[in-house]
Amino acid sequence: MSSEAVPLHRRLGLTDDEAALIPELLGREPTDPELVMFSLMWSEHCSYKHSKPLLRGFPTTGPRVLQGPGENAGVIDVGDGLAVALKIESHNHPSAVEPFEGAATGVGGIVRDIMAMGARPIALLDSLRFGSLESARSRHLFTRAVAGIGHYGNCIGVPTVGGEVAFDDRYEESCLVNAMCVGVLPAGRVLRAAASGPGNALVLYGNRTGRDGIGGASVLASAELDDDEDKRPSVQVGDPFTERKLMDCSLELADAGAFVALQDLGAAGLTSSASEMASKGGVGLEIDLDLVPLRESLTPAEILVSESQERMLCVVEPGRVDEVIATCRKWDLDATVIGRVTEGDRLVARFGGEVVVDLPARLLADDAPVYGVPQDPAPAPVPLAIDGIPQPADLAGAWRDLLGHPNVGSRRWIYERYDHLVGANTVRRPGGDAAVVRLPGSARAIALATDCAERWCELDPRNGGRASVLEAARNVAAVGARPVAATDCLNFPNPEKGSTGWRLAEAIAGMAEALTALEVPIVSGNVSLYNESAQRAILPTPVVGMMGLLERADRSVGQAFVADDDVVILIGEGGRLDASEYLGRTEGAPEPVDVRREVAAIDLVIRAAEAGLLRSAHDVAGGGLGVALAESAIAGGRGARLTLASGRRDDEVLFGEGGGRFVITVRPDDIEVLMALTADLPVAVTRIGVVGGDALTVTIGDTRVSLTVAEARDAHERALPEALA
Amino acid sequence: MTTVAVVRFPGSLDHDSAARAVEGLGATAVEAWHADDALPAGTDAVLIPGGFSYGDHLRCGAIASRSHIMGAIARHAAEGGRVLGICNGFQVLCEAGLLPGALRRNATLSFVCRQMNLEVADAGTPWTGGRPEGALLSVPVKNNEGAWYGDPATARPVLRYAGGNPLGSVEAIAGIANTEGNVMGLMPHPEEACDPLLGSTDGEAIIGGLLR
Repeated sequence: MSSEAVPLHRRLGLTDDEAALIPELLGREPTDPELVMFSLMWSEHCSYKHSKPLLRGFPTTGPRVLQGPGENAGVIDVGDGLAVALKIESHNHPSAVEPFEGAATGVGGIVRDIMAMGARPIALLDSLRFGSLESARSRHLFTRAVAGIGHYGNCIGVPTVGGEVAFDDRYEESCLVNAMCVGVLPAGRVLRAAASGPGNALVLYGNRTGRDGIGGASVLASAELDDDEDKRPSVQVGDPFTERKLMDCSLELADAGAFVALQDLGAAGLTSSASEMASKGGVGLEIDLDLVPLRESLTPAEILVSESQERMLCVVEPGRVDEVIATCRKWDLDATVIGRVTEGDRLVARFGGEVVVDLPARLLADDAPVYGVPQDPAPAPVPLAIDGIPQPADLAGAWRDLLGHPNVGSRRWIYERYDHLVGANTVRRPGGDAAVVRLPGSARAIALATDCAERWCELDPRNGGRASVLEAARNVAAVGARPVAATDCLNFPNPEKGSTGWRLAEAIAGMAEALTALEVPIVSGNVSLYNESAQRAILPTPVVGMMGLLERADRSVGQAFVADDDVVILIGEGGRLDASEYLGRTEGAPEPVDVRREVAAIDLVIRAAEAGLLRSAHDVAGGGLGVALAESAIAGGRGARLTLASGRRDDEVLFGEGGGRFVITVRPDDIEVLMALTADLPVAVTRIGVVGGDALTVTIGDTRVSLTVAEARDAHERALPEALA
Repeated sequence: MTTVAVVRFPGSLDHDSAARAVEGLGATAVEAWHADDALPAGTDAVLIPGGFSYGDHLRCGAIASRSHIMGAIARHAAEGGRVLGICNGFQVLCEAGLLPGALRRNATLSFVCRQMNLEVADAGTPWTGGRPEGALLSVPVKNNEGAWYGDPATARPVLRYAGGNPLGSVEAIAGIANTEGNVMGLMPHPEEACDPLLGSTDGEAIIGGLLR
């Protein structure tokens, strides 16, 4: 919808002040290609200009950190000479415009980030948020996004092992598609993007460059979405077959030591890759745009910012150029020397023999203006007036209905569409608290989960930030893994409006507090702002991707009740209906998170797992204790007889959320050993029943409620298929 | 010791896990590159692993079936050598005419990734490790075009899906061999069921057919 009356810089997404700053920095007016490059590199998506100061609050260091934030992905030392690269990234706006390609290229992009570190991708996860499935639009967006993730992930041979999804009206126009990738590499061979060695060659390899994805980072990802169909050309199109060849080829070259530096081409294409490589390396780069292999005739500005997928840029010593090109040819990939590393700091691009770009690379990569965001606190949360909520006449029926809610029910409909096994390393499959993936060539395994407490983040963002981190940590602890690193994707509405900026700052502060207490660094991340439409804004959704480490892959723990007469134990206490799945609304005051107690509970579960005491473990999350117990029963095909403390409403006891709780089971003979572990901990440990029978029977004071495992499974399994029918 | 050539096309995904499964049984795995005209020296048996060979452009397995290495594999099979095609490898063998029939889109119209029980339908081939007819093998299925279509009388159905036929194969066929029994194809992934850590070792009975 561009109009010639609007100045070019505004059509590109730059403010008048930013446009005025550019000639000051350059000492002259920018060329058109330069202005386009500035508009992309200074977009929120590339520069984090509204979030950078806040992100400094995260802990990012630790003894295992080989690479923290600032590179294509973070890297963690996991022992045995191995390292793991991890990162999560959003592809929200493209997915809202074209869900299949948007989600597919989101997967492709994050996989290339992991490849750029020299790592072999071994697992993918997806954190998804869509509007209520009662909406035809949301059903369409959701099913097409799942199809796109499956199409890309299945074809490149990286298993999609986990993630989560929630449905809420607040995502009706602005869905969230966050993709996380994890890769493994030799600890001594971490590749980086910093270019070095004047005279070295700059080689572009992979797909040809076309007109797709022009302006994706600025037009799409850094502004609110309207109903403008014209944005569709800004969505990229993926080719997973080429991605797989790119992966095989890149790893072959990385193993051969052929790269001085490696970088993928993502948002803002060649502009972003080249300026970051030069700026990080403290060198200049000269690029001859006439040498870039094109799919169609393009202007120099289009070549510089095209977001055509499946492309990589590397720096290679002159003596190894032939080897790099030959290996690319072996994989049927284009590879072309498009320029060279130079002394100095300038990024120079020529087209048709003329210099069209000549500026210090850091102006693009590092010198975007940084803005504070308004800090207008939202009103303090008001506790739910529980007396106004009718108590269910049929508690078992309410339990069954909750198990059948799309936010609670089985995720089988999703994960059976994803190859979650390729590579033969998936020790614990989707459907549990966290996926467990064996590290090839090691006895160790990693546990992976994503999570977020978005309703809490709306009502009480600092508390919600804590809860998001601790919930993800409980997921990996429940399989017996110790959390060692995290990656985050901060999905928020427009930070310049209302209390969003304050919520962003508060959520980050809460996350940082919980991460510090867990001694878990953030090693990579992504910020996605402007997730709102004219109708509404999303819930603040700071997704946490957590990685845990298991010393022994064969010691992981599942959530299934495994044997009759095992003792069921509740770790932690509390739980409220405020903002719960049972309530079904973002209303009330979520239970305050006691970080010290919740971290102690997490540590207890890990130590119990390491001691071989746990027959099962499951964290208590959406739907409360009732849902956690039912999921363990469904997974194990056996029930339990339980007694829960009374003193509160039955529905609050059964469906309340919060308190950092776990349900574990242990052999009767192991109870004393377990109790010895809990001595002196600030954690409530309560024996609540025994496993056995074909029903869950719960006694709360005078109330006795029972649900057969078969009924529970039926409701749980039907949730998504019926909502999508 | 048996040497098994594991074929690698552009877009192969399961070559490493297939090689690991072969070596776990005491055989040696070597790579056979798609652009070569001959199998590696000393090849005793051939495994065509799963993946999306050549992006599965045109039709699944269609381009791979016309690749250079397939001529050598056809000669190896004609001489009585053993050939096992898994998932995309099965599709390649059907496209190459080394096995009858074709693989159609799943009846679910979606990709399906699920652990399934396979019932031994013919105990007389090398591909079921001596398990009797009716024995069950737990092996994962993961594909989008896995419904075998053809005339079962032209081949030897070796494995059938037990407890349902979600992909919609003719006679619930999961794997078939040629009448001689030396060439076998199946959609399920036995190479991902050769390790107790992954939940099943039943795949060893199938992969074991490659060994002398």
